[in-house]
Amino acid sequence: MSGLEIENISMRFDLPNGTSVQALKNVSLNLKAGQLLSVLGPSGCGKTTLLNIVAGFLAPTEGRIVLNGHEVRGPDAERGMVFQQGALFEWMSVRDNVGFGPRMKGMAKADKDKIVNHLLDVVGLRDFKEKAVYELSGGMQQRVALARCLANEPDVILMDEPLGALDALTREKMQSLVLKLWKETGKTIILITHSVEEALLLGERLLVMAPRPGRIHKEYRLPFAEMGVGEDLREVKKHPEFARTREEILGMIWDMEEEIMGRQEAGA
Amino acid sequence: MIVLLIYVAVFVVSFFVVMKLIKPGARKDFTSLKTVTFGDESAVRSNRTASVISILTLFLLWGMFTGSALLPKFLHAPGPFEGLARFDYTAEAPGREPATATVTVLVHPIEQEAKAPEVEAGDGWAKNDSATVGMWRSGLIQVDRNDEVTKADGAKVVAVNGQPIVPGGEVITDFGRVGMSQKGTLNFEPKKGWQMEPIWLPAPEAVMARLIDIAQEGFRGSTLWQHLGWSLFRVIAGFFFGALVGIPLGYAMGLSDWFRGWFDPIVEFMRPVPPLALIPLVIIWAGIGEAGKIILLFLAALWIMAIAARSGVSGVKISKVHAAYSLGASKAQIMRYVIIPNSLPDIFTGARVAMGVCWGTVVAAELVAAEKGAGMMIMVASKFQNTDIVIMGIILIGIIGFGIDMLMRWAERVLVPWKGKG
Repeated sequence: MSGLEIENISMRFDLPNGTSVQALKNVSLNLKAGQLLSVLGPSGCGKTTLLNIVAGFLAPTEGRIVLNGHEVRGPDAERGMVFQQGALFEWMSVRDNVGFGPRMKGMAKADKDKIVNHLLDVVGLRDFKEKAVYELSGGMQQRVALARCLANEPDVILMDEPLGALDALTREKMQSLVLKLWKETGKTIILITHSVEEALLLGERLLVMAPRPGRIHKEYRLPFAEMGVGEDLREVKKHPEFARTREEILGMIWDMEEEIMGRQEAGA
Repeated sequence: MIVLLIYVAVFVVSFFVVMKLIKPGARKDFTSLKTVTFGDESAVRSNRTASVISILTLFLLWGMFTGSALLPKFLHAPGPFEGLARFDYTAEAPGREPATATVTVLVHPIEQEAKAPEVEAGDGWAKNDSATVGMWRSGLIQVDRNDEVTKADGAKVVAVNGQPIVPGGEVITDFGRVGMSQKGTLNFEPKKGWQMEPIWLPAPEAVMARLIDIAQEGFRGSTLWQHLGWSLFRVIAGFFFGALVGIPLGYAMGLSDWFRGWFDPIVEFMRPVPPLALIPLVIIWAGIGEAGKIILLFLAALWIMAIAARSGVSGVKISKVHAAYSLGASKAQIMRYVIIPNSLPDIFTGARVAMGVCWGTVVAAELVAAEKGAGMMIMVASKFQNTDIVIMGIILIGIIGFGIDMLMRWAERVLVPWKGKG
């Protein structure tokens, strides 16, 4: 069975002060191979927790993750991660960062070099192969992180706000790149973001999560990712349906934020 | 006090002179365009001229107050009196007119033998005298000894250079102070001036000469290089073993609950204990030989290196470890490719601190007991009042300590260029 199943995940843990937190409650989702899912939600809705559970960094208190028919029990090369920033190995050159996964597998140098060269071409960093990663700009660093993840041929790519720290222009370029890579490689991708626009642009499916306890609030199926492949993303944003959905989701998140504020004021 | 005043004066005057000479806007880099410099630490750059003048001033003061031959004479602080000093004394004796005679004193450098100058006796019943006194010293002069009437016969000195003097009193002359003891004997103390006696502070060139001398002749059966070499060897050996045990210990503390729990109390307790406080115990247990010293330095380096390695491990960004795991790395590979390289900058910082502490500790340990070593050299020299060797030793210790730190910084730049770039 191919695809990623998130089966009834709940996550509850104790705090030092004796209370406990319900970070996630009964989250279920099926993702077919090759689907691109974006996850949105106000802070504290458990979207990063969910991603960490899928990655295998956290164990859920209830439920399980099944990938291609077997249960996820820890981190593995089949699920690649792209972090917001600072997850590159600054003691390695760009080339060694990208070639890290193949090297860990013990791949022959010639094969590894082929993969690395190809991916550096894809992300447009061929000339920066020998540079140290700290010599690159933020956008270039995230392209290295993408290439490093792809070099390992994962089945699923998990992205935790990968473009969150970039400036608007670089971000738009990177969004196009993510779409292009998704289409070319056919990978299953889960992308967490704070930006409603980014979630709409990059999500074939879009999940809006609600906080306290973290749960799925609403799911959308969107045409914009398909439209955006190889296109100018600004044109996609002009689509009337895009604007309407954006307003709807923004309103939804505003309501959630206001509810949290209200609860905090009532509590205080 | 006068030294401090001169120092402050040089500081202030050179500041204004240099500020006048260096035109504002001579530098054209970005920092020179900053208008807010007070409070902007990055705009404060060490002034090279000030550094040079600062060092020169130290040597200037050193030379001034030791009468250094490297300085022109007019810069010297007033020196001690040297040469022939003269003063008159007037004596009274029962039944005689008061008589006056001259005392000639040869004030000579202490290290030279001197003979009292020949003087004519003169005509009065009180005869002229002569004596010798070393510079910076004082001497009793029994002026009545050659007189026709001595103190035992009732003669007594009543005035010096025409000024009356009584037992316990004094008269200041151009050459120094003439005092009178309770028993009526004159005591001549030539002017000391403002310069330091070589036994307290030798001149720079004397220290330099001693350095050349010891570099050629050696000191106490070992050459200078052997003394310094032994100290360095102890530091390197102690540091090496300290790092060899401390770094794995720190890693273990950073990676395992049990190790952290087990060693935390020990490390946290030993860390604030200054290594110098361990010297007596180490001497009792291991004696004063090489073993004792290396154990001491091992202990000095151990805790610093363990803590540095531990903080290196805990400083790994969790996203890097997560990324490595999702790229398929095993625990051993995480250790080799993520944790160790990530902790190297912290370990280098720790190593710099540890080398500094070890260098300080080895000198202190050698002060206590050693047959060879920089600390032993200055300790033995101080017992014989060889101040020039002491100062030479201190300068060499400082230069080597500074050199070690520079070397570590250089190694850090070359070996861990990613420091602070994560």
